[in-house]
Amino acid sequence: MALADICGLSENLFNDTKFSNKDFQADVIKYSSNFDNHYQLAAPPFENPCEGLEKILANGANDGIKIDFDHGTTTLGFRFQGGVLLAVDSRATGGQFIGSQTMKKVVEINDYFLGTLAGGAADCVYWDRVLTKECRLYELRNKERISVAAASKIMANIAHEYKGAGLSMGMMLAGYDKRGPGLYYVDSEGSRTAGSLFSVGSGSVYAFGVLDSGYRWDLTDEEAQELGRRAIYHATHRDGYSGGIVRVYHIKPTGWINISNEDCMDLHYKYQEEKLARLS
Amino acid sequence: MLSIEDFPEYQIPGAKQVRFNPYESNGGSVVAIAGDDYAIIAADTRLSSGYSIHTRHQDKSFKLSEKTVLASTGCWCDTLSLASLIKARMQMYEHLHNKKMSTTAVAQMLSILMYNRRFFPYYVSNVLAGIDENGEGVVYSYDPIGHCERKKYSAGGTAGPLLQPVLDSQVGLKNQVGVERSPIPMERAKAIIRDTLISAAERDIYTGDGVIFNIITKDGIKQERIDLRKD
Repeated sequence: MALADICGLSENLFNDTKFSNKDFQADVIKYSSNFDNHYQLAAPPFENPCEGLEKILANGANDGIKIDFDHGTTTLGFRFQGGVLLAVDSRATGGQFIGSQTMKKVVEINDYFLGTLAGGAADCVYWDRVLTKECRLYELRNKERISVAAASKIMANIAHEYKGAGLSMGMMLAGYDKRGPGLYYVDSEGSRTAGSLFSVGSGSVYAFGVLDSGYRWDLTDEEAQELGRRAIYHATHRDGYSGGIVRVYHIKPTGWINISNEDCMDLHYKYQEEKLARLS
Repeated sequence: MLSIEDFPEYQIPGAKQVRFNPYESNGGSVVAIAGDDYAIIAADTRLSSGYSIHTRHQDKSFKLSEKTVLASTGCWCDTLSLASLIKARMQMYEHLHNKKMSTTAVAQMLSILMYNRRFFPYYVSNVLAGIDENGEGVVYSYDPIGHCERKKYSAGGTAGPLLQPVLDSQVGLKNQVGVERSPIPMERAKAIIRDTLISAAERDIYTGDGVIFNIITKDGIKQERIDLRKD
């Protein structure tokens, strides 16, 4: 009894009829803790969230309980004279199953600022939403838009805070600020790199092949859009985890615009025709 | 953290270790189709565990408001706790803002509630259906940690991978050339849902016994039932 007293356990813990409305309210607040503070996620009932969760998920092989998160895949972005260009596919896979062919992998943070997502879809979407809030607050506090550098730093800080917990994110943050076009790569390991050309995801190797062969700083707007589109198309063609719709976004000094959303299948026949015309 | 594996000299031959195993799969399937001014969401009524059937009459849908219905399968205890949490949060919203929560708002809230348990996920397959602010039918489907997508039709649960391709063909008319794409009438949507679930009961051991339809229109929610195979 002494130990139970020290631990604060009452004798009738499990048949307490006095479970009141107040207790229920406290539970509701506890189980939706991230409503009040977006950074405060529920702690798991085991040590070391990354390993513990992994063991539980691995156990799925024995009892058939598979928890497959949606994963996103090929994304690319580059800076050029006309601003920043982003192109992404739209396939979301949970294990071997294609969960969606129409996922939006470009998150519209504000009129001048976009994020792409690869890795865990829920991770990226949730933290991009938090970032959106932080960017808006910055705007209200400082009477000017946040720079891409500062915004990407917020994201990298979040990633660093949760490093080792098992988040899976690989995102590019792109925008136009007073320093001109900006492009940063941020991932769940906490790394943050500024650069002119990135591709993230399982199809990135194929996208890089096309991208590197055609990339120049002085591409015209149309050339850049076509290069991004073609690079993603080739990635969807060779990578099983990529596919669906090729979405192209262009960030100009006046804000971002969505250039095109084309089905891979339509693009395939278009490029096929162009190839045959060139060869004949 | 140290565990028994780190002390091989203490291990007893033949002793079996059992790990903390918090999840259970209770099975079941959900199908939802949204039209221009309606949404239908249906779930089978079998609740099982392993190879034994607990009950043949479990309604897996939760009426969240006059415009929104959630149907969810997976670990039934997670489903129940998640549903009561949503209901409590919706009541809090109503008291705070003095208005009913819209379907879009519920959908976003559910995503955030599920992400709260990022490091110990709810084992649930959620499909949310309803009428949005503009009176249009919508369906939202979720992954276990709260990634959500707005759709016109979706299938989830143990027979989800069996049902979704049928919906892609019959409702989405995916990759078909020369077909007329017209808004899908309610009776047709109901018939497709019925047929897909009958087929699922034929091939999925966790799906069967009956189906409860929730038909959501601007006039409210109507429930209908049909029987499925009971073997």
